[in-house]
Parts: sequence; C-alpha cells; structure tokens
Amino acid sequence: MSLTHLQRLESEAIHIMREVAAEAEKPVMLYSVGKDSAVMLHLAKKAFFPSPPPFPLLHVDTTWKFREMYSLREKSAKDAGMELLVHQNPEAKERGINPFDHGGLHTDMWKTQGLKQAIDEHGFDAAFGGARRDEEKSRAKERIFSFRSANHRWDPKNQRPELWKLYNTRKSKGESIRVFPLSNWTELDIWQYIHLENIEIVPLYFSARRPTVERDGMLLMIDDERFRFEEGEKPVERSIRFRTLGCYPLTGAVESEATTLPQIIQEMLLTTTSERQGRAIDHDQAASMEKKKQEGYF
Amino acid sequence: MAHSEDIDPETIYRTDALIAEDIDAYLETHQHKTMLRFITCGSVDDGKSTLIGRLLYDSKMIFEDQLATLEADSKKVGTQGQEIDFALLVDGLAAEREQGITIDVAYRFFATEKRKFIVADTPGHEQYTRNMVTGASTADLAVILIDARQGILTQTRRHSYLAHLIGIKHLVVAVNKMDLVGYDQVVYDKIIADYTAFAEEIGIAAFTPIPISGLAGDNITSKSEKTPWYDGPALVEHLENVEVMVTANQARPLRMGVQWVNRPNLDFRGFSGQIASGTVKPGDPVRILPSGKTTTVKRIVTLDGNLDEAVAGQSVTLTLADEIDCSRGDVISAVDAPPQVADQFETTIVWMDESELLPGRSYWMKIGTQFVSATVQPPKYQVNVNNMEQLAAKTLELNGIGVAEIATDRPIIFEPYADNRDLGGFILIDKISNATVAAGMLHFCLRRSQNVHWQDVDVDRAAHALQKRQEPRVVWFTGLSGSGKSTIANMVEKRLHALGKHSFLLDGDNVRHGLNKDLGFTDVDRVENIRRIGEVAKLMADAGLIVLTAFISPFRAERQLVRSMLPDDEFIEIFVDTPLSVAEERDVKGLYKKARAGELKNFTGIDSDYEIPQNPEMRIDTTKMSPEEAAEIIVDKIVGSWSYTI
Repeated sequence: MSLTHLQRLESEAIHIMREVAAEAEKPVMLYSVGKDSAVMLHLAKKAFFPSPPPFPLLHVDTTWKFREMYSLREKSAKDAGMELLVHQNPEAKERGINPFDHGGLHTDMWKTQGLKQAIDEHGFDAAFGGARRDEEKSRAKERIFSFRSANHRWDPKNQRPELWKLYNTRKSKGESIRVFPLSNWTELDIWQYIHLENIEIVPLYFSARRPTVERDGMLLMIDDERFRFEEGEKPVERSIRFRTLGCYPLTGAVESEATTLPQIIQEMLLTTTSERQGRAIDHDQAASMEKKKQEGYF
Repeated sequence: MAHSEDIDPETIYRTDALIAEDIDAYLETHQHKTMLRFITCGSVDDGKSTLIGRLLYDSKMIFEDQLATLEADSKKVGTQGQEIDFALLVDGLAAEREQGITIDVAYRFFATEKRKFIVADTPGHEQYTRNMVTGASTADLAVILIDARQGILTQTRRHSYLAHLIGIKHLVVAVNKMDLVGYDQVVYDKIIADYTAFAEEIGIAAFTPIPISGLAGDNITSKSEKTPWYDGPALVEHLENVEVMVTANQARPLRMGVQWVNRPNLDFRGFSGQIASGTVKPGDPVRILPSGKTTTVKRIVTLDGNLDEAVAGQSVTLTLADEIDCSRGDVISAVDAPPQVADQFETTIVWMDESELLPGRSYWMKIGTQFVSATVQPPKYQVNVNNMEQLAAKTLELNGIGVAEIATDRPIIFEPYADNRDLGGFILIDKISNATVAAGMLHFCLRRSQNVHWQDVDVDRAAHALQKRQEPRVVWFTGLSGSGKSTIANMVEKRLHALGKHSFLLDGDNVRHGLNKDLGFTDVDRVENIRRIGEVAKLMADAGLIVLTAFISPFRAERQLVRSMLPDDEFIEIFVDTPLSVAEERDVKGLYKKARAGELKNFTGIDSDYEIPQNPEMRIDTTKMSPEEAAEIIVDKIVGSWSYTI
C-alpha cells in the first residue's frame, strides 16, 4: 500500500505535534483563524484523539480582523474542546494603534510585540505556528523547530540541524521554540486537505458579493464602520473572496466567482499570482519577511 | 530518432484544460499522488540552483509576481546577463544572496501528475558537510551534479560518499551543462566510466546516469533530441518511478516507537507513535520492548474511526489487549522478530558543532523516541571525505566524520541503521549548550555489551565500609588554580585522620605524574583526566574510603559524570570560590604570570573556561573564611551525620 502525499504530510505533522506534547513543558497552538490554522487545528485533533489536544489555543488579536473570523474562532475552540486564550497588546490598545494611521507599526505592535507579551506572560516554551516553507523564500530555510532567544530573536545562522525525524527540543530557561508542523505543505496541499477532510473555514474564502473599494491596486473590503474612506472613494459591491486572511484593512481580495472548494482550487491552479501578494506587509522591501522574523514576527 | 521533444511538459505537470473543464476529475487523480524526497548535490558552479529553478519553473510553481521580482533581480545581481537567472529563485536569505552562495539547507516543492516532490537544496561548499548530511537524512534519492566540462571533482566524490554514508539507495548522476560540450557522447561516456570505477571503490552498488542541461532544459522533463545516443529516462520521469523508502519499509517486521501515552480517562489507554516499519492489524501479537512482554493489538484508533490495518509511515494510536507497562521510548514490535537491545555500539559519527568532540564526556543521545546519556570513545579513525582515506584521530571537529564506539547509560532498543533509519539514526546533544552537536548511525552492538556480567563478589562495598566503620564519600573540590583547593583538602584529610577515618587524597601531584602522565591540558585531555580520576575515586569509595580530590575540574559535564557514577549522597561537590583576581594576585606557583605572558596555553580562567558549579553541596568563599575554618565545616559535613554512631 503506497501512502499518498497527503497521508504522509498528515502523518508527519501528527508526529511533530506528539513530540512537542511529550517533550515541551508548556506548549500552545497559535491560532489565527485562517485556513492554515484550520488545518493545523484539525491535525491536532487527530494527533491526540480520543483526548483533546493537550494545550490551549492562542489568538494574538489585533482587534482589526474580519468579523467572520471572530465568530469562527469561538466555535472552533469549543468544537475541539480546547481553551481559547486571546491576547490584545494593552499598549497598542491604549495608544489606539490602527492600520490606517500607523502602517508598519500596526503589525509590529499588535502582532510582533503582542505575541512576545503573550508568550512571556503565560510562560509558553513551545508555540505551534501554521507557516509553510513554500510561502516565501526565506521560509524555505526555516527549520520545523525554530529556536528563539529569551528576547524572541531568530538567528538564521544559529539554528540546529534537523536530521531524520529527530527533533532536539532541549533549551535553556527563557528560550522558546516555534514549531511549524505544516512546513512541508504547499498551498495546494492545504486546499486539497480541507476539501478531503471537510474542514470548516471562514466563509470569506468563498466568493460572495461584498462592499469594496479599490486602493493602490488592492481590493479592500469594508467590514465595519471603522473603515476610513479616502477622498472620492465609494463602496462598490463586487463578487470577491480572499486567498489569505489578516487585518481587514490590510488584506487584498480577489474578484472571483468561486463558491465551492473545487472552484477555489481550480482558480488557484489557473491563477498567476502568489498567495502572499494579497498581504500589504510583504511589499515593504525585498527581504522584508526575513527582517521581520529576526525581530520576532512569527 | 527514438526520442524527441514530443512530450509536452504540460502533460507531465498538470493539464490546465482538465483543471478548467473537470476540476473534480483533476482533484481525484491528485489525491492519489505519492511523495518523493530528494537532495541535489553539486559544487558551487555545477548549476544546482539553476536545475532546481528549472524544475520549479517547468512545474509552474512560479507565479507572475515572483517572476517579475526574479526578472528584476536577474538584471540587478544575476549572473546570466539579461537572461533569467533561475538560481536566484532558490537562493534565500539576504546575506547569502549578496555573497552569491547558498549556505544552508532549503526545502523546495514541486509536483507532477504522479508525485509531489520535496527537494533538499544543500550547498556544495567545502565546510558544509553538516548541511548535506542534514538534507540527505530525509531523502529517498540523491541527484549528484557533475559539470560536463569539469568531470569528476573532489566535491563529486565527497557528495557521493556522503549520500552513500547516509544510506541513500537511489543515486542519479546528472552530467550537467551538456549544451556547453556540444552534447558530445564521448565526453559523457568518459565521465560515466570514471564515475563507475569510483562508485565500485566505495561500495555504491548502482546509480542512474543522465546527461542533462538545466539551463537549456535537456532531458529534464522530456527526452532531448540533442542526445539521441542516450536511451535512459529523462530526470523527472526517473524521479516519478523510483520506489520510496517508506513503501519499502512496509515489508520489514513491525516497529513503532511509543511517542505519547494517550490516557483521556481511566477506561482508555492508547499508545501513539509513527510506524517505523512493517504493518499492523487488530489481533496481531506484539512484543513490548525493553520489557519483552507480549500481548495483542486490540484496536487502531483514529478520529475517523478504527482502522483495519496501518502501515509504515502512518501515525496511529494502538490499544492493547492486556494492561502492560508501556511508556514513551518503548518500542512495540512484531512478536517473533523484535529489535535488539544493547548499551555499547560501533557507530559512524558526523560532528556538527564548532566545539570538537570530547571523548569520555557525557552527551544526551536521542534515538527514535528514546532519550539517554551516552559517552563516545576516541574515534578508531576519521574519514577524509575527499579521498575516503582513514586517518588516525583523537577527536572530531566540525564536519569531521569518524567511526567510534558509543556507550549508553542504559540499554536502548535499536536496529542497524542500514536496516532502519528510525531506530538506527541518532543525534547527540551537548548537555550545557543544548546544541545538536552530532548525527550518528548505529552499525552493530558490541558483543561485550551483551556478554560481560559483573563478577559477583562476596566482600562487597557494604562489607568494606562496615569494616572501616564509616560511610564512603567522594569529596570533590573544584575551583580555579590557586583558589586553595589543595590547601583546604589537605587540612580536611589531617582532621579525618585524627578522627580515625580512612581517607585518601587525590591531587595533581599523585595523579598527573603517574596514572595521567600521558595527558596534556587540551579540552579533550582535561575531560579524560577527570574521567579517570572519577573512576579511581569510585573504586576507592567501593573500598570504603573517604576520597578527597583537588582538581580544577573546569567542566560541569564531567563533574556531573562523576556524580552520576556514585550512589546518591556519596558525592559531595565543594566549590572553592575564589575570584580570578584574588587567585591571580596570590599566584602561589607563579602560573598566572606565565599564562598571561603566553608561556602557558589553555590555562583555566585565562584562555580556557571554568564553568561554575550550579548546585554544589557546599560553597567556600575564601575571601570570607580561612582555610582552617573551611576545613572544620567540611569535616563536620562529612562526618557530622554519622560520627556519633561509632
């Protein structure tokens, strides 16, 4: 019997999660409510069944996610029988940091600093993340177990070699590990798996008529009354969907008629732009992701 | 012409027409794809990145926006003039991109109609054996690239040796840049003849040679009309048809290392793990190691319901018919063909850390789901990876490969690496830095580890101690040179003697001149020095003596090693805490002066580290008390608890 590529990817991810559960003192699963998080959560349920996954979910919230994301977040945690922790950086909250006025600072304060705060506050020593190596060039070299210093920095020159299936989880006090069980999955693998396993995802991934404006070549959706229109902008109903989900004022939609998973996959296979193009934060500079990672961005 | 470019790459990768017309049919075929992991190895200029870039490009794994970036980058830093430089697609981190070299292992993905591929891209650079071994450890196949203009180079030999060492069964020898030698069969045949001779020499049983051009795309996805004399498969065709390791492992006996015990409530106890080899069905009799107990498999439990069968490569949870002790690190195996259990092995070790191997030091060893302490003997020999010569060696440095014996502190369950990577491959971890310092492969266990039994003696250690009316101790003084260890230890012994205790003081004078006179002051020798002293101290403690030792013993790991040789409470670590400045000022033997002048190398505190004890039984601050006071409280500590019972 030959295992299919999805069976092998599933088995690998489960093996990784069990290693962490067995060896880490206080693991947590970072949950962003996106499709990769949905797959990761589903795999966690499989890895530990009939026990619930032996760690909580952590959502590092920016207060600017799509409303549909917040409602699925609560439901998913409940279905999995897992505790849901939500962290919002109190300083960003107090200073009213938002994507309209603060640009890069918005991501830095809410996400990067917020994540560090949450990890320190709870004393987590291992955090699962849904990042994949195919997303971006600098991630192709990321380890599955990625070590962060006590001040959360990632040193690309000083990562441990990963041999066979042997993950070295030893660390000094204060150090933590980011663990990426989906490292070897591609965007197509994720979609196929969601389809095969019937995993619930945020409806925004499916096309529907939604209010939008076009700005700097990006289609933005007006998700709530906080959206700020620029001069001359008027909401236009368009048939759109999202390939990736983040803060709604920073996430570009694509025009689409795909309302089923096969149609989404079809569109993805015939499309000619990469997934991260919909994210404003990547366009800053050539090696932007690498820089962000060194600073502690997931 | 037998072959031409009549195969449209479109049919190998994916059919846009089918995707557009019948996505469900497309998805159905793609759900049945298998997966192959391979590694590409070549020297800096062999065109490795270009080949991988080509594979990604042809399989349409590159999107328009990435292509736009690529085109811009090609003009800015590319090496192909105004042409697209495929290599830039795969060279990742900013620093490397500027240097124009790949310095780590990167993993890339592409897929054809039949398979998904994961490519480990590793550097061909001299100092990066470590990266190639890492990338090869998960690979089913290796592509060895040879520049047709250069022929077989030192690097070619090295990469082939490493691929062979890691046990890769499928080797592809891709003679690249055939376009630059006019697709000349004579050139190709000569290289393959040379390679065949070399392969036989190092024991490579079979390989698949293919003439290619990564840049021009010849024999990559389809047979090229430029090489009509070549009648083998195109590279991608070959990659699609090779048998993967995980499938081959199904034919072997069952082994599953237990990762995690699943115990949601009192009614359920399952054992979770990934099946390393074989297959398992409910009702199968199994043996649990190391206990050797037998039972049968009750159920194979998954979220999607119980399975009728599970095979190598799958992660499952098994329940057993009987309540049997089984925990993480145990192995569930076929009842009539269990793996071996032993504690001494011959291994090949690849050293991966900046700090060299210290023979005798205790390292953590992870093998499968087992985690133990292990010590490495001085290597029998080191292998020169450039010409496979065996050289004498006392240690292994970064990227060094050698054959050495390893002893573990308790028996482990293993299989020879050649039979099973999951139960034969291991890593060594430094106990202080937590770094992964080595990868290794177990070959076989040493007979003596199975057959040597302790001679039972009638006069045992308890009898020795009773006769002396005392409890044995090893009182271990550690501290900088000139801290006062010997002075205090000497006073302690005088007092013990006066009290009628049987003791012995081991110090530099009586050890360095005899037992350890062959040792110098390098880190390796310091470790061996302490190991021997530890063994001697242990024997003396067995004889019932109170042993005092006064050595700098700068490394935590060795002090810990000695502690672990003795029963609890028998090891008393005394940190003679004298600041460097004070010890240097005292400089009783004038050694600091010499060290500062550069006349003494590897002097602790000057150019060699002293690792401060973290939890010593006692700390003596010599700036706050005299040697006499110190001796008094130490003697009190040693004899205090039982001196009145005599």
